[in-house]
Amino acid sequence: MGLISSTHSMSRYHIDGKFETAVMDEVRKGLIENAIPKQENMYEELSAGWTPYESPYNPDFEKFSFIFGTYFAFSLRIDKKSIPMKLVQKEMALAIEKKKEESGRDFLSKNEKSELKETILDVLMHKIPSIPNIYDILWSYEDKNLFLFTTQKAANELFETIFLNSFGLKPIRLFPYTIIETKSNFSEAQKDRVLSLSPLKYRKDNHA
Amino acid sequence: MLDIATAYNKYIFLGNEFLTWIWFLIEKDQDIAAIIESNESISFSIGNSLVLENNLGDKSKEKITIKGDQAGLEEGTTALRKGASVTELNLLCKMGEEDEYKFTIKGESFNITGLKTPSTQTTKSEDELEGMILEKAFLLLKVTQVIDTLFLKYIELRISDDWKTKGLQEINNWIKG
Repeated sequence: MGLISSTHSMSRYHIDGKFETAVMDEVRKGLIENAIPKQENMYEELSAGWTPYESPYNPDFEKFSFIFGTYFAFSLRIDKKSIPMKLVQKEMALAIEKKKEESGRDFLSKNEKSELKETILDVLMHKIPSIPNIYDILWSYEDKNLFLFTTQKAANELFETIFLNSFGLKPIRLFPYTIIETKSNFSEAQKDRVLSLSPLKYRKDNHA
Repeated sequence: MLDIATAYNKYIFLGNEFLTWIWFLIEKDQDIAAIIESNESISFSIGNSLVLENNLGDKSKEKITIKGDQAGLEEGTTALRKGASVTELNLLCKMGEEDEYKFTIKGESFNITGLKTPSTQTTKSEDELEGMILEKAFLLLKVTQVIDTLFLKYIELRISDDWKTKGLQEINNWIKG
């Protein structure tokens, strides 16, 4: 469902502001400084950052381009570890049995159980690999349009945070109100009239 | 500008009204190209799904989904008469002689899903990647620009002085059948 797919799902942004200095240098710097780490951190539950469009698993912006004609194209990669609850339950049951045998007691205290759970989660977090998700981005800098090829809320939120941190430009999600604010030539008086609108009811002889 | 989250929730209805208006334009065979002052011919038709919602007042909602390539939309207009509005619409958009786009748009977010653009070259050699991206970018910007322009035209009408006597009246007449 990415940029060069037969079907697309996307959310759209207006990018507020302009770079003061050379645009391509600023974008390159933002991408490199906020690229997803090449080596996975074994203990981090979530890791996110930019990767080149052509190379999602090797975040090397020196080797792969992000400039395509007048557009910038790259990807947001979100690596997430997800521990299945059933696996935690199984490991807990085994660990509780073992601890009971070792201690010779037939019960464990609440504290002992929560310590066991913490250890199990640490071990599993270390063992389980991250699952990568890749979301393509197409940025038309000149006309301030950006497409993020997903409509998942969590991905949208991470994108907005990382984009602002990387480039110092605010991505404004485009929906009815923000389209009026960012894409229209409406006067202030017209915008005020929009703000005072209330929902229509489509009924016989009814008025707004 | 208003706080984004507040504005999103407060003006959801504008997107839903816009989708209802598109349906009205289609049913009344209105010239979309003339409305948005495009030199290229543009026509819309309803695709294979239409979703309406009706707030029932006690925080509960009634949802009406019509699906199918040849589905009758009478239940949709009945729902409109009961106070519902269109929240999601699958559209076919034809531009020029051959270009056809198909997509589903949500009224509240303007999120676009299942978008099929006119076919583009599919070779994946490195040399041709740039050409593919440029072509795709052109098509995506083109269709979203049509949506934005048409939406802003709707808002222009909606805030005009003769909206109640003309625009709304015409929609009500259509809904009444």
